[in-house]
Amino acid sequence: MGKLRFASVWMGGCSGCHMSFLDLDEWLFDLAEAVDVVYSPVADVKTFPEKVDVTLVEGAIANQDHLELIHVIRKNSRLVVSFGDCAVTGNVTAMRNLIGEAEIVLDRAYKDAQLLRPQVPHDDGIVPPLIERVVPVHAVIPVDLYIPGCPPPAKRIRAVLQAVIEGKSPEMIGREMLKFG
Amino acid sequence: MPRTLTINGQEISARSDQTILEAAQDANIRIPTLCHLDGLTDVGACRMCLVEVAGASKLLPACTTRVQEGMQVQTDTERLRAYRRQIIELLFAERNHICAVCVANGHCELQNAGIAVGMDHVRYDYLFPKLGVDLSHERFGMDHNRCILCTRCVRACDQLEGAHTIDVMGRGAHSLIVHDMNVPWGEATTCTSCGKCVMACPTGALFKQGSTVAEMVHDAEKLAFLKAARERKVWNV
Repeated sequence: MGKLRFASVWMGGCSGCHMSFLDLDEWLFDLAEAVDVVYSPVADVKTFPEKVDVTLVEGAIANQDHLELIHVIRKNSRLVVSFGDCAVTGNVTAMRNLIGEAEIVLDRAYKDAQLLRPQVPHDDGIVPPLIERVVPVHAVIPVDLYIPGCPPPAKRIRAVLQAVIEGKSPEMIGREMLKFG
Repeated sequence: MPRTLTINGQEISARSDQTILEAAQDANIRIPTLCHLDGLTDVGACRMCLVEVAGASKLLPACTTRVQEGMQVQTDTERLRAYRRQIIELLFAERNHICAVCVANGHCELQNAGIAVGMDHVRYDYLFPKLGVDLSHERFGMDHNRCILCTRCVRACDQLEGAHTIDVMGRGAHSLIVHDMNVPWGEATTCTSCGKCVMACPTGALFKQGSTVAEMVHDAEKLAFLKAARERKVWNV
């Protein structure tokens, strides 16, 4: 059996899920034996490749870039995994939905809270425009697996990846695997 | 007059004034609950304890249905498990339950119920309602974002403290827990600040001021203790 083509992406999240992924410590060597990392925030690859076996998606869908990339990810990945609470529920990233839509949120951040030259950055190509409402990944594309947790504990990530490597479906049962937060 | 019935095929006997839930508890058969709390009357609000009763066309809440002679009850069928997961997902979708930043993270009955029903994601659209946080009381806070409208606080305040400061306003998903005639909690003149509502709350909706993420541990068992002490003069400590 050849190596699995493995990707991870960082959408609207704090990168804490990737930090927890790095908490896998020496098991990362075993993982490196079983997968090729073809796209990741920790690998310098600019475009999302084709024929990916498994993609971990950290973060909610919060801006235009996320929205465009997530469709490419779905098209090019055999398994898409919602990785952590932001991807699974929207979590803290989606708390801006309580204030209102994008313009209201930007005003709150860039105008209401600024004393010195308050202005919302609008220049094209600088920062991606926010979408009106933050949504979990499965609200946009079909998702194959969910790993809850803020962040998911390393043991939980390992249990899922181990199963995926062995071609099994992970047993998402009990506190160890399912506790949010 | 005792009643004989079966729960999941197991023959048990119960007193005629017992509910299916009480009979099940006595027989060590676990039926999931959320709005039920030992020491308070039952209202059948959350529907987690729905069971199948042979011959009944509808599912019945175990907490408010009395046992009957010859009753055949099923508490853990595929259909019930599917409904229970739906109920929990709908509760998560209806308000803003963000475990990661909640005072009750790790000590929450809603969070535990999610684990118990195997919820790995919520299939419904989150509503993200705009709801307030009442911090006007000097010792306690109420975060409506985390409230599941189980009314345990309402019943604890009414039935154990006797103050009836707390009640429910509005209808359906727009219902809201209110104090007195919908005044800020700190201005509610009937509130004795006893804290029984905070003990009764299953989530992080009611909390002690100053508690931060994962610090709020409720003390719901104390209410059953209080009721037993008061009514039966039993002090189990």
